[in-house]
Amino acid sequence: MSWNRKHLLDIQSLSADEIVTVLDTARAFKAVGERAIKKVPALRGKTVVNLFVEPSTRTRISFELAAQRLTADIINFSAEASSLKKGETLKDTARNLEALNADIIVMRHSASGAPHFLARFLHASVVNAGDGAHEHPTQALLDAFTIREKKGKIAGLNVTILGDILYSRVARSNIWALTKLGANVTLCGPSTLVPKVFEKMGCRVTYNVEEAIAEADIINLLRIQHERQRKTMFPSIGEYTSLFGLTAARLARTKPEALIMHPGPINRGVEIDSQIADSVRSVILDQVTNGLAVRMAVLFLINGGKGPQEVAA
Amino acid sequence: MPDSTLILDAKAMERALTRIAHEIAERNENSAEVALVGIHRGGVFLARRLAGILSGIWSQPVPVGTVDVGMHRDDLDRQPAPTLQPTMIPFDVTGKTVILVDDVLFSGRTARAALDALADFGRARRIQLAVLIDRGHRELPIKPDFVGKNVPTALNERIRVCFREEAAADSVTLEKRPSA
Repeated sequence: MSWNRKHLLDIQSLSADEIVTVLDTARAFKAVGERAIKKVPALRGKTVVNLFVEPSTRTRISFELAAQRLTADIINFSAEASSLKKGETLKDTARNLEALNADIIVMRHSASGAPHFLARFLHASVVNAGDGAHEHPTQALLDAFTIREKKGKIAGLNVTILGDILYSRVARSNIWALTKLGANVTLCGPSTLVPKVFEKMGCRVTYNVEEAIAEADIINLLRIQHERQRKTMFPSIGEYTSLFGLTAARLARTKPEALIMHPGPINRGVEIDSQIADSVRSVILDQVTNGLAVRMAVLFLINGGKGPQEVAA
Repeated sequence: MPDSTLILDAKAMERALTRIAHEIAERNENSAEVALVGIHRGGVFLARRLAGILSGIWSQPVPVGTVDVGMHRDDLDRQPAPTLQPTMIPFDVTGKTVILVDDVLFSGRTARAALDALADFGRARRIQLAVLIDRGHRELPIKPDFVGKNVPTALNERIRVCFREEAAADSVTLEKRPSA
């Protein structure tokens, strides 16, 4: 087990061993969250900047609390209130944050590859908190952590990701992580949102929801990303729910031990029946708890001593 | 191939642990308030064995916890992040006599980190330190209360402790590293 990376930019470039290192480290941090004093001094004196150029609440709060529980100082920087609105480039904004001696920059951006761009010229570590429809690595890590915690393993499990795959960075990161760890990943949703080209990532694509969920050990539901869709991808929300929504009738035809996951925010009555979201089969709130532990682990690991660095001008 | 000298074999290690357990019993009359906390990794094996011997002496179970000092180290930004195991203290530390257990005492920095980690679980009545090997070279004002064996060492030597829980047999060896 080892971790020698300065940044966490995506899951695609991680090895299975590196993913397992994050999950094992997160176990230790989950235990910290269960104590009376939920704080350790691992990042004392470090400064973490949440640079959220695209709005987010849950991921930002999760990173914020993770940094605080590691005793780092954290500042939040959001697009609405920032100089980016006044015409400053992303590079200049990041350079300004670095001039304040920020050690770690956690970034969300609507453009795919934006964190990779920052990582090329910053001395600070960069953590990708979601870049466009590309990747959301900490979400995939917390999903993998939750699956491993609940099922005791990942290899050999059938994981079905159901919903808007095309516009989902969560789907891409999950596909990379789960296939690297040996799960059988099936994608399902409207054909306009689940192109066959995803099979090249090592997973199966089907448009038959009954078949997709029948043998699943894990059903991961995704929200329709209206904000990223530039045209109408399916006729109506009502039709989506009737064809692909997880209803009580559909749940009855799944394995009794199959677990329901969702990265949130959930749209009750659209992709998931309201009662299912609150049922014992749902691990949606466990995902939130585990997300905090996984983000503490990521910040802890990338803060580790750094070797020679290459920084572009 | 480094030179190596056997310091303790399985039987000698067992005798050392038995003696430490009796010393712990002698020093702590109120057995009900004693708990052991092993420092990952070697200290955990030792704490479990000491608890086994002590529960025989006292005819009552002795609680055992484990602590990983990785989050409390003072060199986190000087080297790659250490592997972490969960810290598990399944009892209330407040008011207890906690005996920290480690395999090798060297600079004292691990013991310092363990004291910090333990403080977050409550206010122990007192904390004592038990180690299998004290190899000297302290860098902090830390002194063990119970020692299996004092082994004078040079800085370029290392102590290797094997446990039957994960190796063929218990043993402690002193290895000379080729000088760098």
